[in-house]
Amino acid sequence: MAYSEKVIDHYENPRNVGSFDKNDPSIATGMVGAPACGDVMKLQLKIDDNGIIEDAKFKTYGCGSAIASSSLVTEWVKGKTIEQAGEITNTTISEELALPPVKIHCSILAEDAIKAAIDDYKSKR
Amino acid sequence: MNGVKSLNYFELFNLSFAFDVNVEAISGTYRDLQRAVHPDKFAHEGERQQLLAVQKSAEVNDAFQTLKNPLLRAQYMLAEQGVDIQLEQKTLQDPMFLMQQMEFREQLEDIGQMEEGDEQDQLIASFENSIKRLTADFYCQLGTLLVSSCKVSLENAAIVVRKLKFMNKLSDELERLEETIL
Repeated sequence: MAYSEKVIDHYENPRNVGSFDKNDPSIATGMVGAPACGDVMKLQLKIDDNGIIEDAKFKTYGCGSAIASSSLVTEWVKGKTIEQAGEITNTTISEELALPPVKIHCSILAEDAIKAAIDDYKSKR
Repeated sequence: MNGVKSLNYFELFNLSFAFDVNVEAISGTYRDLQRAVHPDKFAHEGERQQLLAVQKSAEVNDAFQTLKNPLLRAQYMLAEQGVDIQLEQKTLQDPMFLMQQMEFREQLEDIGQMEEGDEQDQLIASFENSIKRLTADFYCQLGTLLVSSCKVSLENAAIVVRKLKFMNKLSDELERLEETIL
């Protein structure tokens, strides 16, 4: 299967790979997995007192599209409020990366990772 | 050859609707069924009968492939009871389980980067044991969950099936690692 240039770019130079301390109160952690392919994604957001996302990191075990989707959202969420970040949908992710239909679940994974991180943030407060 | 299409895979193989299946026994049934519906047997009975035989033969084959594979069998049993596990659409969101998956993946990565030798072999063996144990535990739960009349049990069975997908992925990844070492 042919990957788009954007997917290859994120796959070869993934942005913001790594972890924050999940016990830090300003860190929200979203863990999600895609049963179809067994991909696992961890997305962490560093959120300031005003609910603005200062920084983001991810760690993903999965295919190129899953890595690209998570790498892309770490770039997108920075500087956004949690409400704005929560509005990012799998459609915008898959359009940006030109994902083929069989890889749509990778973008769903990234969308759900943001939502799971936001839920974690709310539950911590 | 008519009127049998409505049989489910278990009925087709003359089994009760239960998760435990004796693969050896159904291999025998499979051979018998394939012989009975072999299209060559209907060579003199006209096109329609032959076509039916081809369809029947394909159905017997699908049934066998599904019944002999525990994960496909579990998915089929859920589908028969109206539970769609939405593998493509629905993500799994169980932080504890996923954290453990993440750790397993990290362990595999570390093992892969080690120098080849006894220590690596031992770690691979113990890794294999842990995922086998976990996988067996999940299958053990399916036995009762899948034949329950409670909707909640079936939904839990669907979650277990989804988790088993991740366990399968781990054993695939382990196999891949072992191939690079050999």
